[in-house]
Amino acid sequence: MLAAAALTLGLAGCAGNASPGDDTGEGTLTVFAAASLTSSFSELAEMFEAQHPGTDVTVSFAGSSDLATQISQGAPADVFASADTRNMDKLGDAGLLQGEPRIFATNTLAIAVPTGNPAGINSFADLARAGTRLVTCARQVPCGAAAAALSQQHGTGLSPVSEENSVTDVLGKVISGEADAGLVYVTDVRSAGDRVESVPFPEAAGAVNTYPIAVLAGSRNTTTAGAFMDLVAGPEGRQVLAQAGFGPATQ
Amino acid sequence: MRGMKARAAYTGVPGWLYALAVVAALVVVLPLLAIVARVNWANFLPMVTSEPALSALGLSLRTSAASTALCIVLGVPLALVLARGRFPLQGLLRSLVLLPLVLPPVVGGIALLYTFGRQGLLGGALEVLGLQIAFSTTAVVLAQTFVALPFLVVSLEGALRTGGSRYEAVAATLGAPPRVVFRRVTLPLILPGLASGAVLAFARSLGEFGATLTFAGSLQGVTRTLPLEIYLQRETDPDAAVALSLVLVAVAVAVVALAYGRPAGGRTAGQVSGKRTTAPAPAGGNVP
Repeated sequence: MLAAAALTLGLAGCAGNASPGDDTGEGTLTVFAAASLTSSFSELAEMFEAQHPGTDVTVSFAGSSDLATQISQGAPADVFASADTRNMDKLGDAGLLQGEPRIFATNTLAIAVPTGNPAGINSFADLARAGTRLVTCARQVPCGAAAAALSQQHGTGLSPVSEENSVTDVLGKVISGEADAGLVYVTDVRSAGDRVESVPFPEAAGAVNTYPIAVLAGSRNTTTAGAFMDLVAGPEGRQVLAQAGFGPATQ
Repeated sequence: MRGMKARAAYTGVPGWLYALAVVAALVVVLPLLAIVARVNWANFLPMVTSEPALSALGLSLRTSAASTALCIVLGVPLALVLARGRFPLQGLLRSLVLLPLVLPPVVGGIALLYTFGRQGLLGGALEVLGLQIAFSTTAVVLAQTFVALPFLVVSLEGALRTGGSRYEAVAATLGAPPRVVFRRVTLPLILPGLASGAVLAFARSLGEFGATLTFAGSLQGVTRTLPLEIYLQRETDPDAAVALSLVLVAVAVAVVALAYGRPAGGRTAGQVSGKRTTAPAPAGGNVP
């Protein structure tokens, strides 16, 4: 009994504060957002708090599939913003969403190279050159699926030296100079600043990742949750997201 | 001595301690049972025998064996020097060597990256020699050795300290030079400690995750060990992740049983002294 209680407490602790029972628009709003949204959603949460005095927005950032797993295991959250439709659909199929998810942003791949581009990568085809130490995401995660799709579309046989679990791991290997090039998102290159250089490639348009957002069925604060969704999908949200490198939502 | 005897015979434990002990046991056992409860038995065999799973298991076993061997080759001298040698800053060295026990593995990975990586401390020299460590199986073995070496050194140093150096001293007074004493007396004496230390190092290598992910990368058949495969499978196929986790739990149970189960209290005084009476005999006999 005690152990069970301790486990429940632990779970609740991880997920942050549960929303209070009232639906007055005040209180705590818990948002689960994909890791790539860290900077933009932190800014939007502050903006929302300023617009709604008395409301406290807690954002938990992690990989989309981790967050989806936590939600399906009962973590108390009001809003979920995913980096792909697959994880959102998983929750939809399980009946854990309120209403239809809305697409609010898109993200495309970019080639990140260490400062100075030591391996002289200038195009998507260069990634397949023998001896190039390319790092990508594994196919199981969205950024890897996008890389695999591009590789197939253009018949470029990519043979990465490592297929990482997350896009941040790919970026880390480029920043440290271990990799000659990495396939990451445009937003990652933007947030890495001058620690990496970016090689634009037109082929990237062939694999666009869409970001859906939805209110969760377990939310007891649906009015506030809906208002937060409106902010994210509205003009202010679009502006913040565009600054981070996200593309506009194209349904 | 009298106090020791009295304590050994006294078995009274307050009831409330039992209650807390049960909770403590549950903290460990309950999550393991939860894994077993979540296993999709219908698909268990196909999931654990899939090509990526077998490749990851094979890589894990090969690299763990290699790093255990490396731990023995490097750890035995280190433990001996730490237990028997006398040199300045010995205490500091011991503390430093044990650091990987308490460091988060990801910190170890970062440290290794800046040692053996391309831009690392030794990276330039290695590149000249034509060696690229990052993203290779060698990197996995290095990461595992880094985290597992302290386990071997600790258990071996413990065995050396409790064993004392009386037999070595006797062998030396009979005229055996240090290398003969080491080979004929010390080595046979520390064998049980070495065996349990090696099993622990193997187990730790098998479970290595953070340092490998940070330093070695993740590629099937090259650097993606079983823990990395589990972490990846979790993204798309939680059932496969659970099934593979159970495989690792089973291996861990086998390893613990091997280290602590069979030689019931393999490091108790009785067994060590039992070994000791036989071991020095040939050494003494050989010394003229």
